[in-house]
Amino acid sequence: MADSRILTREEILPLIPQQDPFRFVDEILELSDERVVGRYTWNPALECYRGHFPGNPVTPGVLLIECMAQCGVVPLGIFFSYRDHADEAEKITTFFTEAEIEFNRSVYPGDTVTVESQRVFYRRRKLKIASEMKTEDGTVVCSGTLAGIGVTV
Amino acid sequence: METTEIQERVVKILTPYVKDQEALASVSPTTNLLEDLKVNSARLVDVVLAFEDEFDIEIADEDVDTVNTIGDCVTLIGQKL
Repeated sequence: MADSRILTREEILPLIPQQDPFRFVDEILELSDERVVGRYTWNPALECYRGHFPGNPVTPGVLLIECMAQCGVVPLGIFFSYRDHADEAEKITTFFTEAEIEFNRSVYPGDTVTVESQRVFYRRRKLKIASEMKTEDGTVVCSGTLAGIGVTV
Repeated sequence: METTEIQERVVKILTPYVKDQEALASVSPTTNLLEDLKVNSARLVDVVLAFEDEFDIEIADEDVDTVNTIGDCVTLIGQKL
């Protein structure tokens, strides 16, 4: 039987592989095998704001989706990798497989967002979650489903 | 349940995941999900979960490795019914 290790939210954060300038998670606030909550404050110095759009910076939707992944699929995927395959978890990377997201409002430089995600399923190293991103006043920015699959690299 | 009925329901479940929709017109038991229908391998888990819901069966993770063709799907589902 494979080694099993249950990671805490504090242990997960440094294991998220994405780093500056492509890191869009500051904190993991909650973590269990059912749910994960992450938070990120959009850095006004991000290069993308120069062009999206000149004089009117708005966070690109694709980066909001990446933020949902880094606050949801990635940490929960790492959690399951260590729970089910602790002996090889360091070699497992979660690759994005699909997403279906609806956007409700814009996110601006300096905004802090919270991403709340629930597990839909985890089977054969594939994780699908239902996520919702909210601003500090509780307004839903975007919501939908995302999935990733753990691949040994 | 007749094999032909299982196959019809399998094809219906597969349809949204099939990239080569023209290939659907000529499916047979030997039609390969990944090579002929161009289903993304990362979606096989979704397909198997849909089989479980549609036929009210449970499919072990190990059994997913036996699913390569339409015929494999029908055989696996038939064994579980």
